[in-house]
Amino acid sequence: MDYFVELFFSGLTRGSIYALIALGYTMVYGIIGLINFAHGEIYMIGAFTALIVSTVLSIFGFPLPAIIILTALAAAIWASAYGYTVEKLAYRPLRNASRLSPLISAIGMSIFLQNYVLLAQTPDFLPFPALIPDFDFMEPYAGFIGSSDLVILVTTTVIMILLTLLIKFTRTGKAMRATAQDRKMAMLVGINVDHVISITFILGSALAAIGGMLIASHIGQINFYIGFIAGIKAFTAAVLGGIGSIPGAVLGSFILGLTESFATGYVSSDYEDVFAFSLLVLILIFRPSGLLGKATIEKV
Amino acid sequence: MLSFKDFGRACVVALWFMVLTFPLMVIKVNPIDRVITWRWHNMVWVGVGSFLCYLASRAWQIHRDARLRRIRLGQEEEKEPLSRRILQNPSIYRPLLAAGALFFLAFPGLFSTYQTNIMITALMYVVLGLGLNIVVGVAGLLDLGYVAFYAVGAYAYALLNLHFGLGFWTVLPIGGLLAATFGILLGFPVLRLRGDYLAIVTLGFGEIIRLILENWNEFSHGPSGISNIPRPGFFGIQMSLDQSITYLYYLMIGMVLFTIFVVNRLQNSRIGRAWFALREDEIACQAMGIDKTRTKLTAFALGATWAGMVGVIFAAKTTFVNPASFTFLESAIILCIVVLGGMGSIVGVIIAALVLILLPEYLRAFSEYRMLVFGAVLVIMMVFRPQGIVANIRKTYRVEEG
Repeated sequence: MDYFVELFFSGLTRGSIYALIALGYTMVYGIIGLINFAHGEIYMIGAFTALIVSTVLSIFGFPLPAIIILTALAAAIWASAYGYTVEKLAYRPLRNASRLSPLISAIGMSIFLQNYVLLAQTPDFLPFPALIPDFDFMEPYAGFIGSSDLVILVTTTVIMILLTLLIKFTRTGKAMRATAQDRKMAMLVGINVDHVISITFILGSALAAIGGMLIASHIGQINFYIGFIAGIKAFTAAVLGGIGSIPGAVLGSFILGLTESFATGYVSSDYEDVFAFSLLVLILIFRPSGLLGKATIEKV
Repeated sequence: MLSFKDFGRACVVALWFMVLTFPLMVIKVNPIDRVITWRWHNMVWVGVGSFLCYLASRAWQIHRDARLRRIRLGQEEEKEPLSRRILQNPSIYRPLLAAGALFFLAFPGLFSTYQTNIMITALMYVVLGLGLNIVVGVAGLLDLGYVAFYAVGAYAYALLNLHFGLGFWTVLPIGGLLAATFGILLGFPVLRLRGDYLAIVTLGFGEIIRLILENWNEFSHGPSGISNIPRPGFFGIQMSLDQSITYLYYLMIGMVLFTIFVVNRLQNSRIGRAWFALREDEIACQAMGIDKTRTKLTAFALGATWAGMVGVIFAAKTTFVNPASFTFLESAIILCIVVLGGMGSIVGVIIAALVLILLPEYLRAFSEYRMLVFGAVLVIMMVFRPQGIVANIRKTYRVEEG
């Protein structure tokens, strides 16, 4: 039973990280209908920025709470800047091109960013300092849930609530929903669509960067390739929940996280990635619109 | 012409990129020894580079807009692209073709075995490019797991040879067929989906195949791979290493010619026209009575067949296969060949494959930038020249006047 609980919590932790990344996919897809392949790379860049900033700050002798806050801020800001730039360079000029063009451009961007980090930093794994200390009050539960798991779960929950509030109740959120529903109509009622798309990329990137920082500090090492696998898995989660739907992305992420955790715990850890990919293929075959997505009929 | 405003903007762009790349390009930390290395010179490079890139793209934009305006006002005739002028004028392209043919036929005699080996690799990518061209370029299905079919072919030869002692020539068609079967098995459920889902499913499929090959030790010998695969035979004649490489070279030339022939005939066939039509507009296509799934499936299976056959040749060439040869990056390189060459264009794909594979071999100093450049090529081509270096020439009919 203890093993089961342990796997359950590790699945939840995984799921919340996937959720932070999957939201970026799903928001971008909802608004411009593009699978942003470079999103996984943004997450990786967020993790790298966090590593660099936190190491520099700790060498300069900052106290731990200051390091955590400044690192999270820096990672979110720089990752957003990357997301914004990627959209402007690689997707905006292709907005009216055929469906295939932005997709190829996105793959190109993903390969480019991966190799950019590889060349600018290092091809090796780098150890990531554990930013989150072990809390004393967590001592009795240490068997199945660690302090960093708790922090990840709490942070994700808070971010989800804030995001939902933002999308439901603010002007920007309304503009985003309007653009997602009908871009032309949104333009006609005076929404600056380019602006909304930029904001979507910025928000998605910031979430991914926070996810990157949390998971890197939880696992303890990063390299330039982490974004690729994490990206595909988060995408799987987004599709599982129904791409374009925000609660769907969260639900899909938790299902995927738990599935992976139990499958690796009880079956075999060699095939960890195979489970996720097979799940993706199966969903797309049997329910391409996802759990919470609406099946759309293409109209001429 | 470029105005002062453009220079001002270029400065802003340069500044933006300098700030953007600051943490990753300038700072390098070593978390264990707690040392920071500051690399300020990188910031200068980024600044100068982005400044010049912005100006260049701006100049190109101004030039294009001005030309488009002149064409619209009727001051200038729309120029036929250079590639088309060459391809449509027999007195230019025939000598070029003859020179090319002579060069490739004489290649093993003129250059060393090492060079021939590189050329074989390049030719393999030509065939892979042409194969993927059917799927991506002609039928418009973005396949990111193409390398999986290549792996199927390579492992088919390695395993059939290991267990049953089958020879190269027997396995060559088997490898092709096996890859086609995999293509159909994967394609059948997936091809009903929209284009972007297809991309991600094929990507996942490619990774699944690689992970299975890596982990299923009893079947594929795991990450260490299978070695001592025999080279292709020629009626049982014993050949030295040099001879067998030369032989493989000519075999590859034959393979390229065969591929060009088949792909060319296919493009103008009933099914080829259906592919082009499907790429342009699926709904209109279905309204015209084209079976969407079957047409897509044919493209998928045919593309996979080439990958399977080249896989067999790859196994025979290197005499060793392991899962590390079949990563996503390989698929990305082949996709890059198709995109750079021009989707649907045979000549373009051949040129692109030769350029993209041979250039990094001879510019060894820059080889680490290879994948960086490939990624950039994909983006730049899509933004500035989506039709590729040699635009595909569609069959056109002219109505004679009078």
